[in-house]
Amino acid sequence: MGEKIIRFEEVMKEYNGQKVLKNISFTLEKGKFYTLLGPSGCGKSTILNMIAGFTQASSGEITLDGRLVNEIPAHKRKVNTVFQDYALFPHMNVFENVAFGLKMKKTPKAEMKERVLAALDLVRLKDFANRSISEMSGGQKQRVAIARALVNEPEVLLLDEPLSALDLKLRTDMQYELSELQKRLGITFLFVTHDQEEALAMSDEIFVMKEGEIVQKGSPIAIYDEPLNRYVANFIGESNIVEGTMLADYLVRFNGHEFACVDGGIPSNELVDVIIRPEDIEITRSAQGKFTAEVDTQLFRGVHYEIILYDDAGNEWMVHSTKKAKEGTIVGLDFEQESIHIMRKDEEEEAFYKRLDKYTVPRKGE
Amino acid sequence: MERNRFNKFFDQSDSILTIPYFLWLAFFVLAPLALLAYQSVQGIDGRWTLENIIRYFSSTSYLKMTLQSFVYATMITLITLTLAYPAAYLLTQTQHKELWRMLLILPTWINILLKAYAFIGILSQSGAVNNFLEWLGIGPKQILFTNFSFLLVATYIELPFMILPIMNAIDEIDSSFVQASHDLGANSWETTKEIIFPLSLKGVRTGVQAVFIPSLSLFMLTRLIGGNRVITLGTAIEQHFLVTQNWGMGSTIGLVLVLLMFLVMRLTNKGKGKSKGGF
Repeated sequence: MGEKIIRFEEVMKEYNGQKVLKNISFTLEKGKFYTLLGPSGCGKSTILNMIAGFTQASSGEITLDGRLVNEIPAHKRKVNTVFQDYALFPHMNVFENVAFGLKMKKTPKAEMKERVLAALDLVRLKDFANRSISEMSGGQKQRVAIARALVNEPEVLLLDEPLSALDLKLRTDMQYELSELQKRLGITFLFVTHDQEEALAMSDEIFVMKEGEIVQKGSPIAIYDEPLNRYVANFIGESNIVEGTMLADYLVRFNGHEFACVDGGIPSNELVDVIIRPEDIEITRSAQGKFTAEVDTQLFRGVHYEIILYDDAGNEWMVHSTKKAKEGTIVGLDFEQESIHIMRKDEEEEAFYKRLDKYTVPRKGE
Repeated sequence: MERNRFNKFFDQSDSILTIPYFLWLAFFVLAPLALLAYQSVQGIDGRWTLENIIRYFSSTSYLKMTLQSFVYATMITLITLTLAYPAAYLLTQTQHKELWRMLLILPTWINILLKAYAFIGILSQSGAVNNFLEWLGIGPKQILFTNFSFLLVATYIELPFMILPIMNAIDEIDSSFVQASHDLGANSWETTKEIIFPLSLKGVRTGVQAVFIPSLSLFMLTRLIGGNRVITLGTAIEQHFLVTQNWGMGSTIGLVLVLLMFLVMRLTNKGKGKSKGGF
């Protein structure tokens, strides 16, 4: 375990009698890329604002580098923020914006100039120092905002949906840049987004949030492959979720058939959610599949076709395939037993991971 | 087709709708200015002459009066600005901003003459202020008809015109700028100095224009409150038109006033929009 930098303990926040955050506890380690992922209004920005010092917790403890945060005012925290709308000061040029934090710390002129230019170099904007903010494009403003935060050498960089205002191509480019920057500087990034793709692409660890609570914490792969429940599965990636019955360890029944699977530790005959990712299903000839379904519609998505099928029981199945299907035909659906993920309803995160450790059959290549 | 005709109708009606504005401009702005220019080159006997202009610029009393107007208008503007900025800032931080804004606007609906007479009552020998001073044992003082009372009442009257634009300008500043400033290590004072003040300068400029220009030509207050100790350009114009009937000279002073206004507009609009470069 690395060095801890931020710790939330039973933190609760109330706004006008409404609980925005309900007993949040987590720790962040130094030098990792964390993402708070959830729909708008789930409280993820509130967590950022508490760390930055713009709002206070109603109860609970927040410690920053071992010190209780309530004792440190916003302007004295070794934390900097990249705002959603960048919040670049319009009356200053690029250089003055980046220099602002150093100026407030009364940094000597020569050192200030050197550090500001170094920060601008880091985001590849060295030649833009004298531009006014209004002359910069969206992506450039974004990078100025990052330089303005990083020049202060914060221990934690908070990023509040910083890519949401950019177009798709720029957003993808910035994901690479941010991820690379974080690795190079080795400081802790706490990134807030509602975009699961961003979260999966950049994070070391994702906290999936729902209505003021953290539902599941884990690495992108863990969360994608082993979602805790229907909410997480739906939020992260596309998924097919059907109801099933657990018959015994490693045996589940859904869709009128019995299937071998890799999950266990669930009482037999318990109703469970069964999830299979669209890219894990293969379309075969009707006789070769685990069961058959009729192709309803398909959309061309560029990399793959997104095919919607209905089985005999009326369940909808989504399949991602590079091969085209023919609408109206009956085909077979095939998948590996490792592709079947079982989720108990109302299972707590801790119990879930414990059960997983105990029962998961080691995958191929692991 | 149908849509085209529709648009055409509106294009036409747009230009029709601008007619009243241009008529207003022609009759109430351009025509009076032309009349002023014409009158100022007319002697008192109706001849064409440059006498008025020469007299104005060679007479020490006229130039002194112009300077005095300028000095008083500057003082009024500075005092209102000093009072208005902190007030506007505090008002934007209050819970009931709209109520406060309303309370500031309300007094401006009352005629300036009524307000002047009210102040005569308050400041006169037997007025409320002197009663209070007497009760304190300081005794009645001459307050009315002093330079002080003129500045006091002029400041009172102009104050809302300074507070409102500044308040609007501060209100318009995105709260994320303030957050960003704190985030970058600025305390409240530094944030006010470095972020809020520069970003509210637009409001300050508007306020200065709204206060300075009318202050140059205040004439009722100079007599009613200032007791004609302060003679501004406004007073002089009024006297020339209504008392000495020297319309030519009055017009000349009027033109000077118009030029001063343009000067103030130029000065306050300078440097607007352009951010300064360099390190």
